[in-house]
Amino acid sequence: MSAGDVRLRVQKVCLSFGGVQALSDVSFEVGTSEILAIIGPNGAGKTCLVNSISGFYTPQQGDIYYKNHEITGLAPYKIASRGIARTFQNIQLYSGMTTVDNLMAARHIHIKPSLLSSAVYFGPAHRREIQHRKVVEDIIDFLELESIRKKVVGMLPYGQRKKVDLGRALALEPELLLLDEPMAGMNYEEKEDMARYILDIFDLRKIPIVLIEHDMGVVMDISDRVAVLDFGRKIAEGTPEEIKVNQSVISAYLGDAGF
Amino acid sequence: MQPCGTFNVDYARDMAILRTRTQWVLTIGGLVLLFTLPLYLSDHLLGMINMLGIMIVAVLGLMILTGYAGQINLGQAAFVTVGAYASALMTTRLGMPFWIAMPLAGLSTGLVGFIFGLPSLRVKGFYLAMTTLAAQFIIPTLIAHVRTDITGGGRGLTVPTPHLGDIVLNSQTAMFFVIVTVVVLLTFIAKSLVRGPIGRAFVAIRDNDLAAEAMGINVFRYKLLAFFVCSFYAGIAGSLYAHWMRFINYDILTIMDSIWYLGMMIIGGMGSITGAIVGPIFVYALDQGLTWGANQMGGTFATLPATLPAAIHVMVFGIVILLFLAFEPRGLNHRWEVFKAAYRLTPFSY
Ligand SMILES: Nc1ncnc2c1ncn2[C@@H]1O[C@H](COP(=O)(O)OP(=O)(O)OP(=O)(O)O)[C@@H](O)[C@H]1O
Ligand SMILES: [Mg+2]
Repeated sequence: MSAGDVRLRVQKVCLSFGGVQALSDVSFEVGTSEILAIIGPNGAGKTCLVNSISGFYTPQQGDIYYKNHEITGLAPYKIASRGIARTFQNIQLYSGMTTVDNLMAARHIHIKPSLLSSAVYFGPAHRREIQHRKVVEDIIDFLELESIRKKVVGMLPYGQRKKVDLGRALALEPELLLLDEPMAGMNYEEKEDMARYILDIFDLRKIPIVLIEHDMGVVMDISDRVAVLDFGRKIAEGTPEEIKVNQSVISAYLGDAGF
Repeated sequence: MQPCGTFNVDYARDMAILRTRTQWVLTIGGLVLLFTLPLYLSDHLLGMINMLGIMIVAVLGLMILTGYAGQINLGQAAFVTVGAYASALMTTRLGMPFWIAMPLAGLSTGLVGFIFGLPSLRVKGFYLAMTTLAAQFIIPTLIAHVRTDITGGGRGLTVPTPHLGDIVLNSQTAMFFVIVTVVVLLTFIAKSLVRGPIGRAFVAIRDNDLAAEAMGINVFRYKLLAFFVCSFYAGIAGSLYAHWMRFINYDILTIMDSIWYLGMMIIGGMGSITGAIVGPIFVYALDQGLTWGANQMGGTFATLPATLPAAIHVMVFGIVILLFLAFEPRGLNHRWEVFKAAYRLTPFSY
């Protein structure tokens, strides 16, 4: 890949917690137009990788570049406002807010509110709200969340909350989307829906997506490339077809259901 | 929740604070009634309403910080004291008019609150409660002992009566108009704030600070902003208090008042501006009613020990609040919302 085609470059990243080496020397690139799947057994370090990219963990070694600018060690809110959005494996919503407000809250980086402009809810402040609400309503339409628009999300079933989590990431209008196991714990139909949403996002928004997923069927269907982590190391990378027949991947997954 | 048959055809309608004609009429009617109260009420009652108005301002600030942004504050009364002194010193020592001293008292108290909010970078919940509790002890001590030539120390400070042109605002009625106008204005600002992007950022931090950070919200900055706004309100409340009482001392308000503010906020309903108004009204009315009852009892049964009526007063008060927390922990505002929903959706609930 030439420099212009790279949205994200992870370079020799090492991350450890005391004695636990969560990531060792992990490098890969994400292009401007691809769905990259990252797979690996439980505890392989996939979530740690997402946390390192989104700024929650600072790697002890290695660098991360986004659009050719270094973002290693930046605060998460800064990374988000540069255009990297993520979802959480164990859903992290604003449980007391409605679906609409969860998504509206994610418009923050585009609103950049000031105290004075927000102290009087009239004219300009009202128009600004309406304009951002429009963006949010489009996402609600897209993810078919109309019926739970005004419901407090803490009460929603798991599958719905996963969708709200995705919707909230989309409301940031990101230029790189990191999805940490968006289909975990879903039934077959819900998985199908989610896969369709991911492909639609990719088609309509033209943004690269990093997809962490356990379900190999889904990964092979929708990703352009696959990287495999095992015990914090990248053990393989390639097209889904190459990964399917890769010997070290097979042995890492030996006995793992679904492969 | 809206009345049957009222649909929000566009977002503009859906997002306005007042949505139906009835809401507008009620609001305007209520305001007219409020501002004509001096026509019907005695000076004694107006004095009570003035006190209540000042408490509402303090609780509004606390509601934004604790009810919305989720940062506990056990020192709101100390911040009100800061505002009272700031305003009193600006008018007595610097000769400023009350109308300039009041907003400046708000801003300088906001700054003090900001400083006490700095530990929120590192500590949360219980530990943060301790740092705000520290404010409650440090601030009165400083006022009583440091530069007593300026602050008056333990002797207190006499505060000049505010003027409006040639009119001296030295009656309960005159101060009623000042206080109620400020309450209405600050209620509108509080409502605007929580309704918009800053309010959402506050609630996001309260509900999940990790996610808030991941969604581009500078959590620390917004916590500090919440502390600033909360103590700005406290500063305004303090300024009103000083110029209404016209005498202040370092111990005009204590930790008990801070706890009462929290109690009023919880009873009103966390995370609701309406709650910040009905909470203080409910608690203050109950308190005054019980005081009156206790006095009646003392008068009727002169043989009872003199302390008994007061003790019963405190006990009844405690029990009412306990029952409240047990049966309506979401506060008066929640009960009101449930009632409204039931009324509006009758007979078709869909
Ligand atoms: N905050 C932390 N402190 C200590 N150890 C951690 C921490 N976070 C992760 N680890 C360890 O790092 C390793 C990688 O964890 P990670 O959550 O990234 O795995 P994963 O690939 O996402 O697994 P899963 O498929 O179960 O989600 C694990 O051994 C985990 O115990
Ligand atoms: Mg994980």
